[in-house]
Formats: sequence, structure tokens, C-alpha cells
Amino acid sequence: MQKIIKNGMIYDPLNNIDGEKMDICIDNGKIVDSVANDAEVIDASGKIVMAGGVDPHTHIAGAKVNVGRMYRPEDSKRDVMARGGGMRAGSGFSVPSTFMTGYRYAQMGYTTAMEAAMPPLLARHTHEEFHDMPIIDHAAFPLFGNNWFIMKYLKEGDLDKTAAYSAWLLRATKGYAIKIVNPAGTEAWAWGGNVHGINDPVPYFDVTGADIIKGLAEVNEMLGLPHAIHLHCNDLGHPGNYETTIASFDIPKNIVPKPKYGHRDKILYATHVQFHCYGGTNWRDFVSAAPKVADYVNKSDHIVIDIGQVTLDETTTMTADGPMEYDLHSLNGLKWANCDVEMETGSGVVPFIYAARAPVPASQWGVGMELFLEIKDPRKICLTTDSPNAGPFTRYPRVMAWLMSNKYRMNLIENELHKWAQTKTTVATLDREYSLYEIAQVTRATSAKVLGLSDTKGHLGVGADADIAVYDINPETQDLSAEYMAVEKAFSNAAYVLKDGEIVVLDGTMVKPDLYGRTYWINTKYKPEVEQEVLVDVEKWFRQYYSVNFENYPVQEDYIPRSVPLLGDSVPGEASGKEPAIEGASK
Amino acid sequence: MELVKNVVCPFCGTLCDDIVCKVENNEIVGTINACRIGHSKFVHTEGAMRWKKPMIRQGDEFVETTYDDAIEKAAHVLADAKRPLMYGWSCTDCDAQAVGVELAEETGAVIDNTASVCHGPSVLALQDVGYPICTFGEVKNRADVVVYWGCNPMHAHPRHLSRNVFSRGFFRERGRADRTLVVVDPRKSDSSKLADVHLQLDFDKDYELLDAIRTVVRGKDILYDEVAGIPREQIYEVAEVLKNAQFGILFFGMGITHSRGKHRNIDTAICLVQELNDYSKWTLIPMRGHYNVTGFNQVCTWESGYPYCVDFSTGEPRYNPGETGANDLLQNKEADAMMVIASDPGAHFPQNAIMRMAEIPVIAIEPHRTPTTEMADVIIPPAIVGMEAEGTAYRMEGVPIRMRKVVDSDLLTDKQILERIRDRVKELQASK
Amino acid sequence: MSEIILNPKVQPQVPLEAQNVTPDMFAGKSIDEIKNIEIWFGNEQVSLSEFFDVEGESADNASEIKIIIDGDVDNTKRIGQGMTAGEIVIKGNTSMYVGSEMEGGKITVEGDAGPWAGRDMKGGELTIMGDAGDYIGSSYRGDWRGMSGGVLTVYGNAGNEIAEYMLGGKLVVKGNVRIMPGVHMNGGTLIIGGDVIARTGGEMKGGTIVVKGIIDEFLPGFEFLGVEKDIEIDGELLEGNYFKFKGDNATKGAGGIIYAATKGNAHIAP
Repeated sequence: MQKIIKNGMIYDPLNNIDGEKMDICIDNGKIVDSVANDAEVIDASGKIVMAGGVDPHTHIAGAKVNVGRMYRPEDSKRDVMARGGGMRAGSGFSVPSTFMTGYRYAQMGYTTAMEAAMPPLLARHTHEEFHDMPIIDHAAFPLFGNNWFIMKYLKEGDLDKTAAYSAWLLRATKGYAIKIVNPAGTEAWAWGGNVHGINDPVPYFDVTGADIIKGLAEVNEMLGLPHAIHLHCNDLGHPGNYETTIASFDIPKNIVPKPKYGHRDKILYATHVQFHCYGGTNWRDFVSAAPKVADYVNKSDHIVIDIGQVTLDETTTMTADGPMEYDLHSLNGLKWANCDVEMETGSGVVPFIYAARAPVPASQWGVGMELFLEIKDPRKICLTTDSPNAGPFTRYPRVMAWLMSNKYRMNLIENELHKWAQTKTTVATLDREYSLYEIAQVTRATSAKVLGLSDTKGHLGVGADADIAVYDINPETQDLSAEYMAVEKAFSNAAYVLKDGEIVVLDGTMVKPDLYGRTYWINTKYKPEVEQEVLVDVEKWFRQYYSVNFENYPVQEDYIPRSVPLLGDSVPGEASGKEPAIEGASK
Repeated sequence: MELVKNVVCPFCGTLCDDIVCKVENNEIVGTINACRIGHSKFVHTEGAMRWKKPMIRQGDEFVETTYDDAIEKAAHVLADAKRPLMYGWSCTDCDAQAVGVELAEETGAVIDNTASVCHGPSVLALQDVGYPICTFGEVKNRADVVVYWGCNPMHAHPRHLSRNVFSRGFFRERGRADRTLVVVDPRKSDSSKLADVHLQLDFDKDYELLDAIRTVVRGKDILYDEVAGIPREQIYEVAEVLKNAQFGILFFGMGITHSRGKHRNIDTAICLVQELNDYSKWTLIPMRGHYNVTGFNQVCTWESGYPYCVDFSTGEPRYNPGETGANDLLQNKEADAMMVIASDPGAHFPQNAIMRMAEIPVIAIEPHRTPTTEMADVIIPPAIVGMEAEGTAYRMEGVPIRMRKVVDSDLLTDKQILERIRDRVKELQASK
Repeated sequence: MSEIILNPKVQPQVPLEAQNVTPDMFAGKSIDEIKNIEIWFGNEQVSLSEFFDVEGESADNASEIKIIIDGDVDNTKRIGQGMTAGEIVIKGNTSMYVGSEMEGGKITVEGDAGPWAGRDMKGGELTIMGDAGDYIGSSYRGDWRGMSGGVLTVYGNAGNEIAEYMLGGKLVVKGNVRIMPGVHMNGGTLIIGGDVIARTGGEMKGGTIVVKGIIDEFLPGFEFLGVEKDIEIDGELLEGNYFKFKGDNATKGAGGIIYAATKGNAHIAP
């Protein structure tokens, strides 16, 4: 069925289109040049049109996410939906159940979301949850930064083996990118410790965070992966950590990006940087170092960051940074979950209340906003809340409204936030307001490009997937800075959302909830002869030290019903020689 | 004879995945690596009678019928009920469980799994205070202090000790000799015989003993010279062993989840493990029984937000064990129809619950003749997952493993049966 | 005050859920409209009038409405859930969750009440003349914030884990309770007139528990502070001699106080 979206105001930074009135033509799930006269017309007069949102960093599927759901019935009870209208029931405010997650993303006009932390041994679990998550295209980032094989090969200085193992692990887990979390620190946590900064060697394996970041950044380009290394720096949440942050950013800067797929031009993706911009030495003399980090980013061309904006909610924190979660539990006394995963990684989960009236959360809110407002080029920024860590993804519309309205921010700063937001950060002095074009940049364009998916995602040019959001916002008649509540509401409930050319949301309501998205993963090999050698090591360690058999470890193809392998012999969208069954793909 | 390797054992939560099955003429005739219980499950030596055809009760006897008829009857029972209960789920795969959750939504039912009579208290406890765990390999590679509290793995999880305690690990090259084994059990058992320390506490005094150990670990004195039958000095000694571990692990079983206070015993045990992390590294793992009891809790959580005891009667998921558990519904006489799958409440539930089961229509999706099928109105036999069908299962600490199919069967799988019931129920609901 | 009388017809075996039976829901509705208020009957919604005869006179404000349930509703859950004003009198027994999440107003149950009465109660008065079940005045599963205000009084006995995670308000049981009263309590006052089997104040960090009867078994993690005479609790003088304990020292930052009458409790003092 052909469709045409008429008369909308188009915001499409990847194609340099800033609010022009244009028609978007759709055929067979793709954006095309033109359609026949009898194409279905979607009237977007007086509305804005953007590509479907692309969330590059969120926690929506897998073991620790499910622990977050399971051990917080009191959170589940806060937001409950009944079965109906073809939708499945669900619950969860900060960690919604899988069906609800798909619906809620779609209602906001988001059509792609990346699970940012997948323990390799538990990869199957992540994929099982994707299987029950409607609408959104997705991928998962396996955790590499504390993996025994990676540390062993890096210690031996053998980048070839590191690369060959990395390629194998991406295939075995059906993973998409190299994720690094508190490199060396999570392995130290397996003994109850942590590392401090990037030069503190991990027990036994005797490599540092800096070694791991550098080695994996090189491996990333040896493999030519679409996405950059995806880094969660050491020392998260500690006053004074900004020095570690800037030093980490600096490690890979001389490496040249060489993606074999996509158009990524950055070498490093640093995540939830808000949590890594703290000055001072403790929470008493703490002061925001966001201006310093923003300055570094402004002067650098090799890096993209996401923010991890605090939304001032009661939420659930979850990360592979095991020692950080234990520290948090020690601080707030709330229930602590943890899962150390043999040979690979760890994780922790703790509820957290970002109370506006409390000094630290108010400051953290300010730090995130400082990054958004002080980094000049939005092509270096992705909007995230590190969902659900700094707040649930359902608050993205509120973050967008904050960015677009100084008035909204000042109301909050003056009436609701603890004064630390003003005394410890510069946020109250910043009056920059994002344009719709910049919003489109930080919610779709930057993320699609740095993920390596900008051929088909994050823009509205010909050849893109017809993942499109139409919002009931009219910049010609509305003062968006003044009408920030209307902006927030419009971004929360898109007027139309199309996924692969199908209308899935109409006036904020799901109308086609049984569509399921693609799973992107990396199907590549690095020097088969090196991989042979590596697999000898791997199989030996499996026999001795893993608790599952080598043959039962790789995620079977059965778990990936809408598989899109990238690199290797396969062409995107042509898994096992056929177009992935997306159209009307109900389960 | 054919050897099928890397088979996953469909018996207990240890989910051993190194079994070799010897197959002759589409029949498993022997195993390598399996424990005695696992072996007998594979080769059917228990003398169990297998249902080969669906059965429908007519008066006092069962009459053979077709899948179509049995499914039609089951769909009607569920669609007509005001408070249907769907119970079991722990000996089948995650895909079947997922269809089960959807069926429960469709019929406004309460869905619950066998956790509610085994580690349900552990779930309630972890919801109150947290869940610091690790995977088995961490135990093998690092643990130097291993505690089994209220469980007898030598009998219930026969390879658990050999895989986690006796085996050599990366940082524990001598295996058992590198570890201190503590067993806490009021009885002497085949597991306690292997222990370096056996704390033989009084029955029903787990909470008191844990309260004392926690207090001592925190450097405070206790009120009494003896707690739970254990002298003060020994409590101090044990606290030192725990605090001085490099990597400690607490395994706990139904001896503590079902002694007096139930979930509060686990709650305080979890808190002990958490607080020990101020001194060393500690985690815990519940000794889950059925091979995929954990999987149901995972599936039910990601689909509904709650792990078990989920009440869909209002269309929204609601959760409150004590009200919405299988035994609660049966003993309060709330349930007016019941579907049992992959479990045997007829053998394990208390008398009051069984009495209610006898009063209401019961559908059993079950491969063997069991006390539950004896009281059923409809019996629908499935192929057995892990032997005759594939599917995912979650090991006790959450590691998902693909169950393998070893031999062929003509029977429908649990998933297929449930899908057909679901589809028929949808038709019936639409025509209401 | 306008009185609305609900006369229960037969109580079905499949339970009813009547969270809509509150003065707040009835306010501003005519008697005919009240008859059509929906309640849950298993997985079906039915009109209130299907299981209750409704008569009397309504009012515009909840605070002017008194609902009288004239008989046993022992298979009806959630009566008065979340109410903020007005009054409910149940002239018989009732099931789970009566007065849970209530914020104001007054509920009197003349018979027995089931578990979770007054769960997450924030204000108002809930009085149960008969016995009550487990978890009265408790929190919801997983929540560390339980009953935070109001007064819950039980004239008979109560079950296990009452006042679990209590934060504030007052809970009084005149009779006996089972195990774990005040488990994880962080604030508020719990007064037990009768006996306790075991584990009073397990893992408590704050708040005050008074036990006038006999505590069979006491936890080892408490610190003995001596004997006090004629203690004052919430402005009320409780006469007699009490052992005073602080704990539960198994937990970090323990500051809960337990008073146990000296009479009959010599065995729990060190």
C-alpha cells in the first residue's frame, strides 16, 4: 500500500531540511520519490514530521532489566495497562514489561531502540525479550570491557586475537557493538573491589581501563563495525570523576574510523556523560564539571556522547557497573540486586529517588542540562536518560520540552529544585533553547549516524525505512518556548507513527500493536586462521571454567525471527537470502 | 546406536547441559554424565505410565478422545469460568509459558507456577530487600566459602556439589580442598556429612540464627548465650568464617523457605549476604527445583511485570501472593476452574486445596499418569520438552539454555496445545 | 450526614471486589446511579445492585456520606479502599483490603476483617471490632514504605506480619498476634494488648512497639536497656513495668524500641 504524508513541516537534519513543507512518499515500507495518485493520504498540515526516533542507549531487555521488573512490584503497580485493542496487558513505571515498552516507544514516535548492555552468557534472555517487544527495531550491545579473553589477549598485546575473539562473540551472542562498562572495574568487583580511574590495573589480569579502551577501540576499526565503541567510563557518579572522563575520551582520539557499513565518522561513543561530569572530592564540595567536559567535546571531532538526563523521578538504576550499584545501595539503603556473570561481566540494580528538592538530584539535573546547552554542535549529542537509570524513557518528551523552553527550565529551577542546581551548576545562566531541527538531530539523526544505521534510519530521504513520526506541533502558530506543556504532550502522543510504512499509532493510540521489528547484529569474522587459534583457547576455557558447554553457548538463529545481520557475506535486509519478514509480521 | 551430545537435562534447576543420550530406534536407552534422577527421567525407569492420547472423563472413567475434542472442551471450561486458575508451568519451555500468559490474559485468569509452593517465599523476600546473585561459574572459579542452608543437594540436586564445590576453578585449582563448606540443617544429611562445618540448628529457628549472625557480623553482641540451639561461641566463629571469605556463596533451599516465617528467613539471609559485602565478596543462589521454574518467573515478569501469582481478572495484571496464589484461590474456594500444566498439584497441594480441585473442572496438560490427572476432567498429553521437543529453560540462577530434542514424538508440544486452546478461546470470547 | 444502606444479598463463592464502595465514589450520585456503580465479580463487572439492595439518601460531598453495609460481606474485598472522607460501617465480617490506602474518614467493621486491612493507610480511622488477618497496616509487596498515618484499631486478635514496614500512624491490637509484628518497621507506634508468639520487631530500624502480654520467644539482635515504669506513648500513659529493648541490631542504623511488660516476660530479659 502506497502512502503520502502531505503538507507537513519536515525536520530532517541528515538531509539538511529545516521545517520546509514537503510531501513524503511511501511504498513497500520505504521512502520513495513518488507514489501513484491513489496512494493513501496522511494530512500533516500544521504538523511537524520527523524520522522515527532512534534511541542509541536504553535498558529494555535482558537479565538485569527483568530483575528490575521482578523485584519492584511496587514500581510495576504505579503504571498498569489492561489488555485491549489488540494490545497485551502490562505494567511498570520505570521498567515497563516488554509489550508495554514497545507500545510506549511507538506512542512517542520512536521506532528503533538499542539495548545497551547484554551479558554474553545471558544473551539468549535479551533476545527472548525482544521477541515479545512490538514495533521497535532493536539490537543489543554485548559487554566486552571485563571479559577474560579480551583482558588476556590485551595483556599479551595480541590485537589480532582480540579482534578474532570479538568477532566470534558478536556472532555467538547476536550482538551489535562493543560495549565497555567500567573497564577492569567490574572484574575487580568479582572480588568485592573496584578500580579507580583508567590506570588502575585489574587484579590478576593486570591490564588497566586505559588498555582496554584503547585495545577495543582499535579492534572496533579492525572489524569495521558500524557503531563506535560504546563506553561507560570508570568512576561513574563519583565527585571528581570528570578527570577520568576526559582522560578516557582522549585515549582513542588518534584512531581513524573505518566502518565497513554505514557512515559513522566518530571513533568513540561515550554514554550517560552526565554521571561522569562531577568535580570536587566529595558530595560536600562537589561542583559540576560539565562545562569542562563540554569544552573538551566542543574541541574534539572524534566523539559523540549521550547525556543520561535526570528526570526527577523515582526510578530503577541498573548497570553492568556492579561496584557502582553496591556503592549506591550503601548510600541510599534501598534493595540491592546484583549478578556477577562468570568470565565476562557483572551487574547491579538499585531503586533511586531523584527528588527535586534534594541537593544531589537537583544538581545532576543541572549537569545534564549544562551538557545539552553548552555543547555547541548537536551532531555530537544524543538525547537519553540512560533509561531507566536517570529516568524512564517515557520522559523523553519532557526532556525535549526542557531543551526547547528556558521558561520551563527556570520555573523548575526557581520553584521546585534544590538551590544546589543554581549554586553547583551554571544551568540557571544558560538561556539557549533548542530548535525543532536540533531536537530532530539529538533524537534521531546523531544516533542513527553514529550507530551506522543512517542509510535506513534517522532521516526521511529516499531509501530510508518508512519509520516516521508526525507530531501535532505547529511552529508557525505556536510559541514553543511558552507553550512547553503542549510540546511535551505532543511529543508524548504522536499524531501518527509509521513503522515500515504501516500506521501503528494514531493520535497517540496504538492502532497496530502486533507489528514486530528487526534485530540487527554483526555477522563478521576476522582472519579465519586467527579465529581457529582463538577457538582452541575458548573451547579449553569453556571446558574448565565456564558452567555451560561450548556447544550450548551461541544464540541459535531460532531466537532471531526477524534477523538483519550486518557485515560478513550478508547484505542488510537480506538475511539468509530473503527480505526479513517485517510487513504485517505478527507473531 | 546413536550418541546425542550436549543434551540439557529436564529434571532439576541445575540444568546440566553436558548429557550424552544413547538413542536406539527413536528411544533413549542410556545416558552419560546424568545423575541417577536425570538418567531415570531420560530412560523412563520410574515405571511411569505415559498418556498417549487425550482423555475425557465420562462418569468415573476416562475415555480416549482426539486433540480437537479435548481442546474444545478445555477452551469452553476456561472461557466460561469467572475465576479460572492456571497453575504449574515449571516443567515446560519458555515459549509455552509465554502462550500461557497470553491465555491467562485472554480468559481473565490467575496464573501461577510451582514457585508459589517452593521458592515463592524467596521471590517475596528479594522483592523486599534485593537479590545479589552470581552465575555458577563464579562459584567454581572463585568461591572459598560455600554455605548450603536448608537444602540437601546430594539428594535433590545431585550434581550441584560436583559442579560447584568439588570441581576445580580458575582461582581454586585444588577444587574442594580450596573451599570451606558450611551446611546449615537441623538434620544430618548426606550433604552435611561432607561439610567442614555443620550448624545443626533447631527446627524453625532459621530467622533467629540469622538475626544473631547478622548482629555479630555487625560487631554487636547478642542477647542470649544460645540461639536456635547454637552456642554463642559457635555463632561468633561462623561469623568470622563468613567475614574472612574471599568469595562467599550462599545456596539456600526449601528447608529455609518453608520453615516458620518463610520469606522472612530468606529476607534476613539476603540482608546477611549484602552486609557481608562490607567485609568481603558474597552472593547467593536459590536452589530452584524444577528445571524451568525460573524460566516461568522470567517470562511472566517480562510479559506482565510480575513473576507469579498474576491475576488478570480485571484485564490489568495484579499481584499479591497470599491472595492470588494457586493455594489461596483453591483454599478460599475462589477458583471455579483450573488448568494444570507441567506439574502435579494433586500430589503436592494441601488437603483443602485438593478438595476444591475435586469440586471444579480440572484440565491437565500432562505427559504422565499422576494424582492430578486422576482428578482431571480433560487430560491432554504433550511431547516432553528436552527429550521430544526443543525450547528455552532458565537455570536456577538465570542462565538461559536451549533444551534439545533427542527423539521424535507424534504428540503435540505444550506450546502447540496452548496455542490451539488460546485460539479457540479467542473465538468463543468474540462470540460472547 | 446522609445514610446509604447496602443490604447484602447472597455472597457468591467467587469473590466481589468493591473498591468503588466508598463515600468518595458515591458522592454526587443518586441512589439509582449508585445501584449501577460497577463492582468486580471474578473477571466480570456487575452492578452493585446485583449483590446489594441499595437505599437511603446520598449527598454531594463524601464527608457527608455514611455507608452502612447491613450484614456479612465476608467474600467482598477492598471496601473503602483509598477513601478520603465520610464513613463506612460494616455490620458483619468482611474480606481482604478493607480500608487499604485510605487517607481519611472512618471505617468500622463490627465483625472480622481479612488480611491487608489498612494496607498503606495514610490517614483516617479504621476500627475492627472482631479479629483481623495477616499484614494489617502493612506495605504493598516490595515497597519499603508502609502505613504512614491514621489509626487502625483491632479489638480482637490479628495475624502475622502486622505493621510490616510501618512508617507512621498508630496500630493497636487489643488481643493476641502471631509472628513478626512490626517486621521492618521504620516508624509509628504499634501497641499489642495481648501475646506475641515470636520475632517482635524483626529487622526494625525505627518506631515503637509495646507488648502488654507475653512474648513467647524474643530475637537475639536486641539490646536490653533496662526496666521502665509507667511509660508514655503518643501522649498516652501506659501503666506498669516494662522491659525496654533497642534494635534490631541485625540491621544497619537500628533505632527501634520495644517495650515488653515485665509480667510474664522474665524469660526474654538477659
